[in-house]
Order: sequence, then structure tokens, then C-alpha cells
Amino acid sequence: MSDASGFRGQLTKGIFRENPVFAMLLGMCPVLGVTGTAINGIGMGLASSVVLLGSNIVVALIKDLIPEKVRIPAYIVVIASFVTIVDLTMAAYLPDLHESLGLFIPLIVVNCLILGRAEAFASRNVLASSVLDAVTMGVGFTMALTMLGAVREILGSGSLFGLAFVAEDATTMLLFIMPPGAFIALGFLIAGVNTGVKKARALAAARRDTVSRVPATEGAR
Amino acid sequence: MTGDYLTIVIGAMLVNNLVLVQFLGICPFLGVSSRLSTAVGMSAAVMFVMTIAGISTYLIRHFLLLPFGIEFLQTVSFILVIASLVQLVEIVMKKVSPPLHQALGVFLPLITTNCAIMGVALLIVQHEYSLGETIIFAIASAVGFTIALIAFAGIRERLALMPVPKAMQGGPIALVTAGLLALAFMGFQGLA
Repeated sequence: MSDASGFRGQLTKGIFRENPVFAMLLGMCPVLGVTGTAINGIGMGLASSVVLLGSNIVVALIKDLIPEKVRIPAYIVVIASFVTIVDLTMAAYLPDLHESLGLFIPLIVVNCLILGRAEAFASRNVLASSVLDAVTMGVGFTMALTMLGAVREILGSGSLFGLAFVAEDATTMLLFIMPPGAFIALGFLIAGVNTGVKKARALAAARRDTVSRVPATEGAR
Repeated sequence: MTGDYLTIVIGAMLVNNLVLVQFLGICPFLGVSSRLSTAVGMSAAVMFVMTIAGISTYLIRHFLLLPFGIEFLQTVSFILVIASLVQLVEIVMKKVSPPLHQALGVFLPLITTNCAIMGVALLIVQHEYSLGETIIFAIASAVGFTIALIAFAGIRERLALMPVPKAMQGGPIALVTAGLLALAFMGFQGLA
């Protein structure tokens, strides 16, 4: 299979096959910490994606100028600069979201997903594919955060994106907006997504098999 | 005064447990908890670095960032201090105490990207602690991390022997287990 080199293969890599949250369990602290609501999930995902995109671009551009030995500290400084930019921008324009994400905005700097992509991908590839990598990984991360946020919000507060769909005094599963619910919801979500992806892959493989076999048998006849 | 310190200790250790309530340091919590011995090593390394990092970021903030009015450099300077501190600790430990380095060495590089360290440094800023409170808070937080990690590693060692549904194997069952542990820690709410 040449799926790793193809454009489409790269496009789906970050979103499905190597999804940072579901497949690789990277950057879990914000995933669990801020997903009490779907809005927070999207906000955190986008903030991380912006940092990821910026740092991947800069790392891909300066990779030949950095001596091998100090590359990790250099990458960390690049990432920290972008985190500061995002932090201050959000504080100025989205104060409410900034308030509810709180500590986890400056903590993007220690998100292993971002350093991991800088080290494992951007430092070895040209600009264009590093940008593509950052975008797909960012979409995958945002998607995972939004899904978890939505599940927790629906179960925990009976609303989605702040729009309530149960009666005001209805009893909801409060557990899911509290810390233990984050762990439990993510556990079941990962199990579900991974099973689904595995099934889809098996189905695709089976279809490929039959497609390639049919002309062969017909030719033999 | 002593009462304040006691509140900080109970709060940081149990009520606002770093891992199970605040979600800081999840990566090592999930990553090195499959065996009890590695969990103990990681906890010791974290305790060591967290205390020193808490003190040095406090000093940096009060003697560099605040006097010069460059607080916007907080994120950049804190992460640099933590990263170089980890390197320094590793070098010094290698020279002074080879057995300790042998035991903790592999965990030290991992600590740079441990958000618990950075998180504690930022929490200290947020709470505006004094130097004494900073030290107490850092140590108590590290103890809280240790309690959570060791309890979790103990459970996971038993869990390895249990039949787990195929879809839940690995990450998912570990997360659900952590959820139940967090549920137990919710019992401490209201203690401090």
C-alpha cells in the first residue's frame, strides 16, 4: 500500500489512522481538563491547532540552522512564543473562553503532541508537508476534543453548545461534568471509536480483496 | 499560620489532587503506571524536580519578571527554567550520586514535558503564595501525585490478570479505572 505517501493518505492520517487522542493517547491533560462543554473543547482544540501550525512552520523553516544538540530547547522556545501569542490574543478578544480554559492555555507549551510533531515530523520534512501535517493533526485533535466535550455536555448538563434540550429542573448525570466522568467518558469514547475504525478498515480491506479477485477469476475462465 | 499550611497540604494532596481532580500530569500517570516499581521511581523524580522548580520559578518571577515588568515572558521563561533545571539535576545527580541517577535517570528527561511541573509553577502564581507556602505547596502536590500514581499502578498490576473485553483493552480500561479512582478521591471534597 502506498497510502503513507499519497496526498489522501496524509490527509486522513492525522484525523483517523494516527489521531493524536484516539490512536496515540497524546496530549491528554487538556483533553480531560477542559471538555466539560463542547464549546470549551472546540476552543481548546483550535488554540492548540494554531500553536501546532505556527510551530510546525517555524521549525520546518529553521531546522537546518539549529545544531542537533540544542534542538529540543530551541523547539520549546518556538512553541512557547506561539503559546504566549495565543494566550494574549485570547485574553484580549475572547475573555470568557480564556477564563474558562484557564491554566490549560499556558500549558499548551508542555502538550507532548506539539513537541512530538515538531520533533518527529516538521524537523524532517519540507514546509508544505509540515503545514499539511499540522492542519490534519490539528483537525484530528479538535475533533476529538469536541466529541468528548459534546458527549460530556449532553450527559452532564443536558445541552449541546450551550443550548439546553431538557427541562430546566430535569435531573442530568452530573457525574459527567465532574472529573471522574471525564476519565470514564473518554475511556468509552476511545473504545467506541477504535472499534469503529477497525471495523471500517476490515470492511475496506475485504472490499479491496473481492475487487481484485473478481477480474482475476473472470480472466481465468 | 500553621493552620494555613495544613490547609494547603490537605488541599494540594487530597482535595485538589493534581492528577485526579486537576488533570495535570496525565501522560506519566497513564504512561509509567503499568508497573509499581517504575511508578515509584517516577514519583520520586517528580517530587524532587517539582520542589526545586517551584522555588526557582518563584524566584524568577519575583526577582526578574516583576521588577522589570516583563510578565508576558512568564510562559517562555518558566518552561526554559524547568527544561534547564531537569538537565542540571541530571548532570549533578550523575556526578554526586550514581546509584540515585541509575534509579531515576530514565525518568528525568520525561519530566520536561510533564505538565504537572509547569502546572504547579503556574498554580503558585495564580494563588499568589509566599515562598514558604510555595515550598509546602510544591511538596504536597508532589505527594498527591505520588499517592495517585502508586494507587493506580497497584490497581493496574491486578488489572493485567483480568479478562478485559477486546475493545476496552489498553487505554480505554485504564481510563475507566482512573475514573473510578477519581470518584473515590471526590470523597475528600469538603475536607479543606
